[in-house]
Amino acid sequence: MMPLDYDILRFLWWALLGILLIGFAVLDGYDLGTAMLLPFVGETDAERRQVRETVEANWEGHQVWLILGGGAAFAAWPPLYAASFSGFYIAMLLVLVTLILRPVGFTFRDKIAEPRWRNSWDWALAISGFVPSLVFGVAFGNLLQGVPFSFDADLRLDYTGGFFGLLNPFALLSGLVSVAMLATQGGTWLALKTDGAVAERATRIASVAGLVAAGLFVLGGMWIAFGIDGYAISGTISHTGPSNPLGKTVVRAQGAWLDVYTIHRLLALAPLLGFAMPLAASLLVARRAHLSAFIASSLGIAGIIATAGISMFPFLLPSSTHPEVSLTVWDSSSSQLTLFIMLIAVLLFLPIVLFYTGWALRVMRGPVRLADVEHSEDRY
Amino acid sequence: MIDPGVVELSRLQFALTALYHFLFVPLTLGLSLLLAVMESVYVMTGRKIWKAMTKFWGTLFGINFAMGVATGITMEFQFGTNWAYYSHYVGDIFGAPLAIEGLMAFFLEATFVGIFFFGWDRLSRPAHLAVTWLTGIGANLSALWILIANGWMQNPVGAQFNVQTMRMELTSFEALLFNPVAQAKFVHTVSAGYVTGSVFVLAVSAFYMLRGWHVQMARRSMTVAASFGLASALSVVVLGDESGYTATLDQKMKIAAIEAMWETQTPPASFTLFGLPDTADHATHYKIEIPWLLGLIATRSLDRPVEGIEDLVSQGVTRIQSGILAYRALETLRGTPGDAAARTVFDAHVRDLGYALLLKRYTPRVVDADEAAIRRAANDLIPDVPVLFWSFRFMAGLGFYFIVLFALAFYMASARRLDTRWFLRIALLSLPLPWIAAELGWIVAEYGRQPWVVEGVLPTDLGVSSVSKGAVIGSLVGFVVFYSTLAVIDVMLMLRVIRRGPAAPSEV
Repeated sequence: MMPLDYDILRFLWWALLGILLIGFAVLDGYDLGTAMLLPFVGETDAERRQVRETVEANWEGHQVWLILGGGAAFAAWPPLYAASFSGFYIAMLLVLVTLILRPVGFTFRDKIAEPRWRNSWDWALAISGFVPSLVFGVAFGNLLQGVPFSFDADLRLDYTGGFFGLLNPFALLSGLVSVAMLATQGGTWLALKTDGAVAERATRIASVAGLVAAGLFVLGGMWIAFGIDGYAISGTISHTGPSNPLGKTVVRAQGAWLDVYTIHRLLALAPLLGFAMPLAASLLVARRAHLSAFIASSLGIAGIIATAGISMFPFLLPSSTHPEVSLTVWDSSSSQLTLFIMLIAVLLFLPIVLFYTGWALRVMRGPVRLADVEHSEDRY
Repeated sequence: MIDPGVVELSRLQFALTALYHFLFVPLTLGLSLLLAVMESVYVMTGRKIWKAMTKFWGTLFGINFAMGVATGITMEFQFGTNWAYYSHYVGDIFGAPLAIEGLMAFFLEATFVGIFFFGWDRLSRPAHLAVTWLTGIGANLSALWILIANGWMQNPVGAQFNVQTMRMELTSFEALLFNPVAQAKFVHTVSAGYVTGSVFVLAVSAFYMLRGWHVQMARRSMTVAASFGLASALSVVVLGDESGYTATLDQKMKIAAIEAMWETQTPPASFTLFGLPDTADHATHYKIEIPWLLGLIATRSLDRPVEGIEDLVSQGVTRIQSGILAYRALETLRGTPGDAAARTVFDAHVRDLGYALLLKRYTPRVVDADEAAIRRAANDLIPDVPVLFWSFRFMAGLGFYFIVLFALAFYMASARRLDTRWFLRIALLSLPLPWIAAELGWIVAEYGRQPWVVEGVLPTDLGVSSVSKGAVIGSLVGFVVFYSTLAVIDVMLMLRVIRRGPAAPSEV
């Protein structure tokens, strides 16, 4: 009946979720990174305007990668969307509040020419860059360890963790990896797009942040190998069965997250990129090869996110208290019909989106020089 | 067991954040197209005043757009944070239009809105005009997909319950897409947005005319708003009627509640223009009625009845009893999926499964429900009649008022009498009215659907997440404080921009 088998559709949607997250972290990642660094790389009002103008025209479109990622999780992985958003309730609302600060911060800041007003919005923007970066990393750190939840017979979720349980050492380390990674992305972007003192400061920050990202990523990898338990499905699971997470058995074992790399050695390319590219970005930005540094940083982001996804495959959200009800690719998706229709929608529209995103970036191409922004007025 | 406190708080939070979001959406819908129209005139005539107008209204649009985007993210998060069981139960269907909205519409408007503001000096005139149109088209397509999602909650077509996954699953994407309720709601909602945009432009321009400020620009803006607004106001009322008609096919209780019609009348039913609905003795006092009108609007016929609340409650009792059979069969099938007898019973009664779920509020074991519990659950099918009765009447009254307002504005513009002061005062005072109408419309549509979150499929209280009451109180208080602060800043900035006025045409 359907031109694509259920297991293939599930696999493709797992990959697509990863691609959407990477798209978000690369494109909106430089906006978040830039916002995070705003008060530090820009000292005067004109310098801060220069910083904001590197992202102001395009960030809004980039943000849709996150919105679409949320929508795609809702449509393709409803149990994952339901469990993660309600389980991480307070963390999600924290992200939400800071994400709300972004559109209003950008639009409202220049409407009033009073230093206190503008300074407050600059810090609001910095928070709107820092908090989501941190929380998304912390969330991944918790996914890798599993979170405490189970289901009743109606598949109603019972989540037994709290907010402070999310702030465990490994998760905080993951949070810092994410912050360093996006600071590198923002720093290399600013080094590429600006001139003068802003570019100098951004270069210094990016070269340090890249080193930190690579170092913490390795530390996280060691922790996964020797510290926290991974999960594995024991016995067989049908890849085309109904989406009901109650029908399997799961074991926990130290280092289980790394098993996949011994089976498919080529996949080790992902962690390799995740380590080498932030390092390369750090070295390249210090040598003033700004475009290469930005590309390296972007590849590093792709490597780091892919590493998390590939290590956990086929798990999406493991349960630490009831491992057998963990959400996996094979038992937590939408129906075959929904996955198929959504795939068609993505194949139809994502190329168009990429085309006009590229066009919009081309329209705004070229450096933002301090001299150009010193006398320009509010443009929103 | 579900904590009723969490249900009430989650509903309050969703209602407040949705109503707040909907303060910004209609203006975005309307103003985005008005900007495109104004800029089109600029590109075609080359007259700079039209560029100055586009930029000025564009600044106000930008402030509003930021708030709309910001508060829209809340909505997407909230299905997951506060309505996790809803997301599990219907995500297979409801998630799809939300995701397509992102892909097809939100990407479009969000990418081009930045270029609208920052691309003036970087693009040719026609290219910039295309950007403005694409922003407006994106905003309107966004409304289409959101209303396809919402239309499914009102009229859940193209889906069926899957025993193995314990949720509703999509069976026909075409049915979801071409849901008549969704189509009618879309046109009604975007037209209401165009009315909002037009009233906004008309009222602010009237303020300038009264003060004698920026008269050239204000006069032209009013002319555009008058023509666009008149067409839109007519369309809102005509298509509002269309959504009334489609609602009678699937949401009979909503119509009966709006009309406070307790008993089924001999067709064609009369329309109650005014009355005092009494929920205690199920009657409406001091009625002023227009004979035949309701029957004509709701059924487009003279002989089909519009069913009253009492009859619908009795039908509810029957459906709950039928639903219990489906629920019992479901319990059997969960244990032994191959049980053919249970499967036959289940298939025969599955369309009433949602009605059995209404019992969960009164008994932990649905299949053991007694007559009293069934009676109470059936009575829960009645929404808040006085609120619906009055919300609908004020909304509809405002709808007709907008037709008169824009007809008058159109006449004044054609007769070159736009500087008539009494007319300008009326136009200025009309400023808050489209927002009131839009919020009332949301209340009729969503509050009128209660006790269902998905009509006939899932009761609202079951949709809630398993989160603690404390967490929801915390988030609710947070939203109220944060959103109130933003509202104050938003209005303050809007007023500042309006007071400053547009730049002179020579400066743009």
